[in-house]
Amino acid sequence: MEDVLPPTLLTGWGRTMPSRAVVVRPGSVDDVVTTVATAGPRGVLARGAGRSYGDAAQNGGGVVLDLAALSDVEVLDDGDVVAGAGAMLSDIVPLLLERGRFLPVTPGTRFITVGGAIAADVHGKNHHVDGSFGAHVRWVDLVTADGDVRRLAADGPPDDVALLAATIGGMGLTGVLVAARFATIPAPTPWVRVQTRRARDLDALMALMVEGDDDHRYSVAWVDGMARGARLGRGVLTRGDHARPDEAPRRGRAAAPLAAGPPRLDVPPVPVSPLNRLTLAAFNEMWFRKAPRSRDGEITGIAPFFYPLDAVGGWNRLYGRRGFLQYQFAVPDAGADVVRVSLERLAGIGAPSFLSVLKRFGPGRPESQLSFPIAGWTLAIDVPVRTPGLAAALDDLDGHVLAAGGRLYLAKDSRAVPATIAAGYPGLPSFRALRADVDPHGVFVSDLSRRLQL
Amino acid sequence: MTDALDRPTSILVLGGTSDIALATVRALRSPALHRVVLAARPSAGREEAVASLTADGVAGVTAVDFDAAATESHEGVLAAAFATGDVDVVLVAFGVLGDQQEFEDDPDLAVEAAQVNYVGALSVCLRAARHLTGQGHGSLVVLSSVAGERARRSNFVYGSTKAGLDALASGLADALHGSGAHVLVVRPGFVRTGMTTHLEPAPLSVTAEQVADAVVSGLRRGSTVVYVPAAMRVVMSGLRHLPRAVFRRLPI
Repeated sequence: MEDVLPPTLLTGWGRTMPSRAVVVRPGSVDDVVTTVATAGPRGVLARGAGRSYGDAAQNGGGVVLDLAALSDVEVLDDGDVVAGAGAMLSDIVPLLLERGRFLPVTPGTRFITVGGAIAADVHGKNHHVDGSFGAHVRWVDLVTADGDVRRLAADGPPDDVALLAATIGGMGLTGVLVAARFATIPAPTPWVRVQTRRARDLDALMALMVEGDDDHRYSVAWVDGMARGARLGRGVLTRGDHARPDEAPRRGRAAAPLAAGPPRLDVPPVPVSPLNRLTLAAFNEMWFRKAPRSRDGEITGIAPFFYPLDAVGGWNRLYGRRGFLQYQFAVPDAGADVVRVSLERLAGIGAPSFLSVLKRFGPGRPESQLSFPIAGWTLAIDVPVRTPGLAAALDDLDGHVLAAGGRLYLAKDSRAVPATIAAGYPGLPSFRALRADVDPHGVFVSDLSRRLQL
Repeated sequence: MTDALDRPTSILVLGGTSDIALATVRALRSPALHRVVLAARPSAGREEAVASLTADGVAGVTAVDFDAAATESHEGVLAAAFATGDVDVVLVAFGVLGDQQEFEDDPDLAVEAAQVNYVGALSVCLRAARHLTGQGHGSLVVLSSVAGERARRSNFVYGSTKAGLDALASGLADALHGSGAHVLVVRPGFVRTGMTTHLEPAPLSVTAEQVADAVVSGLRRGSTVVYVPAAMRVVMSGLRHLPRAVFRRLPI
């Protein structure tokens, strides 16, 4: 049985740009097929956990599918996971850790769905080694516009492989993902061995990352987005690997450091954002100082290592009523200077930034036309939208990113213009051609796809 | 979809040659704005408006025929604008000021003014509301006037048309609450524009650009009503409560 909810205002994680849609909760794949077949002129879109920042998971005036009921998870003997698209990574992680396995790729939150992970082709701290989520997908089941349920296998016939590739990173615009099988990686213990290095400026930080990232499966740097002048780009580089059994704390697995429960702390709705230049400068200063200058061999849990912000439920509300955006771009190595320019430009307008994240990417997936990662650097910066001068600063940075051969991340976008996306994603025409072929009447649409003319 | 930085991507202007409408489009100009439809009667002024906005760097400006009094043609104009793509802002900016004495001397003229200012606006507001609700987002900006708040001896015919429009738009704002669509009622005082060049500016008079800025900030805040200038809210609050005998004698 499918549930049709009263029309609901939906926003992304940034809490900007609401639009109203009819949310349908199908009870089965057949229900999904029925909903797709009876779509009105405003079309259908599947929404995961709503953790994309902008309007990617919205479909104003149309139907939005909530696939929470399609959430069965099975871990196979070979370690692969078969899961419904609505299954949350937070439900899968404990099952995997029990078997000495872990997700092949995880973003900075575990509260996302399998469908969302594939549709946004998410990346994690191990991109430089393992690539994006899509690289580990064996097959997906996709409900297409003609009402078929197609199993698209990575080793299937060419047409299936092409549609699978476009679906990975395809932002839900090729059909409704209802299930997937993906590979996992060994994790002999639920612990991570961490190396920390503090860098006094951007050059030092980037040099550290270029030199040593390949020695570790996981690597990410936090950058103080508020530091200026000689301290610009100072940060803390954290690298890690799954700990071996002999490195695990004596308490052993009994104290598995990942509570599956809800967050420990919940942010209430706040009328006035407590995040401003003063508080954030203080926070960044504290974060920088509390990090050791250099430390090796620290053993930490999965949750604090991968998901520090998951401990605070609804942290997006901290940015106040008008919300925030995250500016995330990727540039090839030759465009590394764009990282400096971005930090300078945003520090220049006094943008209060919470935690900026810098990471090296390995090779991307050109066959997945809208998949974000490309080899080089990626920087992600959170900024409240109320920041004066933000629009002009980001438009300017777009120009630097494109000139360097880079691109913006669709799952984060809430303000780019169509030409910026088209210039950053040379595969867009081929994506459009494929979409015109499998969905000639444009059943699968989103506010994002309309805004950016995807 | 208006983006996270409050920049609309498309605007439909009904009454597309008015000074306030053009100033508002200019104030909403951004790299994100790529479609502006000026709906107005064919005229040299309309062509000039398209050319001047285009020269100011506004992308995708086109004109379509629209007659505020011809309500039977309204649905076609709106449907065509929405069929091309989502419309983020619909600006209802047409209206005639007229002359109070002429209205009293020739009531047919007053009826014509009411047809445009109230009936025509009612027609487009209700239709635009349906389209905006249908797409689940967007703003309807309605140019009302403080003249509608308390009818004055010197222009109560015009005032009554704006009073009707204001009541309609305010009611619509409540009706659309939670629909994703939003109504902004703009109540300017005396605006120095082409419509008022023959008149002596009243106290607290403003320019079309000031009205445009108030529209932009009202849209950003999600306001339902903005006064231009903001001080007009206090003035009107005072005027509303004046005893009639006193109000009648005021030189306004």
